[in-house]
Amino acid sequence: MAIDIYKINPEFRDIMPKEIIDLEENATWAQNQKKPRGIKEMPDTKEILEEHSLCAGCPEAAALRYVLAALPKPEETIIVNSTGCTSLMFPHIALHTVHSLFGNQNAVATGIKRVLDWRFPDIEKDVVVLAGDGATVDIGLDYTLQSFFRQENITTICFDNEVYANTGGQESGATPKGQVFKMAPTGKKFEKVKMWELATTAGCHYTMNMTASAPKAVAKAVREAILVAREIGPTFLNIYTPCILEIGLSANEGLGEMKDQDKDRFASYKFVSPEAEEFLKKCKEEGKL
Amino acid sequence: MANQGPAYYSPYPTALYEGVSTPVEGKAILLDKEVDEETAMREIAKQMLTKENATIFPGPQVLYSYSDEARKKAALIKEMAEVLNAKMIPMYDYRPKYPKIDAEIEINPNHPNLTIWHNDIKAAIFIGVHCHYANVALKMVRCETDCYTIAMCALSGHEDAMATIRDQHASDLEQFIKIAREVKAELKL
Ligand SMILES: Cc1ncc(C[n+]2csc(CCOP(=O)(O)OP(=O)(O)O)c2C)c(N)n1
Ligand code: SF4
Ligand SMILES: [Mg+2]
Repeated sequence: MAIDIYKINPEFRDIMPKEIIDLEENATWAQNQKKPRGIKEMPDTKEILEEHSLCAGCPEAAALRYVLAALPKPEETIIVNSTGCTSLMFPHIALHTVHSLFGNQNAVATGIKRVLDWRFPDIEKDVVVLAGDGATVDIGLDYTLQSFFRQENITTICFDNEVYANTGGQESGATPKGQVFKMAPTGKKFEKVKMWELATTAGCHYTMNMTASAPKAVAKAVREAILVAREIGPTFLNIYTPCILEIGLSANEGLGEMKDQDKDRFASYKFVSPEAEEFLKKCKEEGKL
Repeated sequence: MANQGPAYYSPYPTALYEGVSTPVEGKAILLDKEVDEETAMREIAKQMLTKENATIFPGPQVLYSYSDEARKKAALIKEMAEVLNAKMIPMYDYRPKYPKIDAEIEINPNHPNLTIWHNDIKAAIFIGVHCHYANVALKMVRCETDCYTIAMCALSGHEDAMATIRDQHASDLEQFIKIAREVKAELKL
């Protein structure tokens, strides 16, 4: 069982640091929970992400904590990441994660998911892609859309900060028109690509565009998207996690920026296919949500 | 540091480019010599029993209770530590540490400042450490310290350790413990 990789052999208990013992005893592994996991346990349970090296106050870090808290079965989940600021957090996650070559994340996730289904036919294994907007909307667009066309059973989450943050501020397809960055001094010439609409058109069964301003809403979307991906087909979440550094905000201003954008570029968009809707209704009745 | 040619693509001199490779099945390597397993086990026991601050670094493949083999090995490693009078420092996962690692209490191959306890550990056994991390860590330790490193590997061994034995399963650890007891008696320890 995958959960066993967190169980410490008794001979070594006395030499293990507290954080590792806590991970075994006090993290919300699905197997130990009667109710679905969620963000309400965050204050008093051991989190799967201990620490990170992002800029202080970066909303990506908060959003990733919500995502991790909402995974239906973390011990059976593999997260595929791509290069970018998110990848600064990935080495700190106490789950199996795979860092794929920039842009290749949905192709890599496809392979992993197919092999897992073949290798463990009786266990539900969730494969979740988490990548930035540069990786999703620009350089990995081909692989991302192709995985939707092929109806792969994976969840794709884009942390859309509307910029190539990790390389110092170049415009991406997700940057809004007119935006000026350090390395895009003349301003973006065309409109923000509506990746969520492309995802729906390309065959996703559950698509959302949202900000990470409301933790509960993020957690609900993550849980629903993963359950739908397991049973029905590809799902896509586009979540605004502003790069406070590149747009000149201070560490405590990220939340305000997300709240402002809840009414503007990230005004809620939600698409659920009829099959997915039916399935989610069933999940609710069975207490999986 | 980098000079020229393939050997210098690595910032550290690696054993492979000095002509040392992993042992063939049934054999072990001591420094650059191929020897039989029992000879290697005797030397490993001697090094661990006589060098300062001898330490066993158990890795995830033995620390966690995910298979019968891992559970058996855990009990044997504990026994091995007692026989060798060795300390144990767990290499429980490979996540890098922020803001910085405390080299006093842990080693982590993601940190290039790895020196194992400021070079106070003079003999060390790596066991249950995943190959790719053992490879990196053993190269660093080899280059930056005078620690006698020992790889007790369940697969094909590590040429960058001073001593490497391969295919080490629970029954082989039992054999090693038996030999270590004998060496301990011979050394009157
Ligand atoms: C194949 C490849 N091309 C380019 C890069 C350089 N690169 C590293 S991070 C990055 C930008 C990441 O932007 P995004 O996906 O939006 O993530 P963010 O840093 O904004 O979270 C780029 C272009 C790379 N690492 N690999
Ligand atoms: S550069 Fe931007 S996205 Fe990256 S960690 Fe800093 S605030 Fe976050
Ligand atoms: Mg970005």
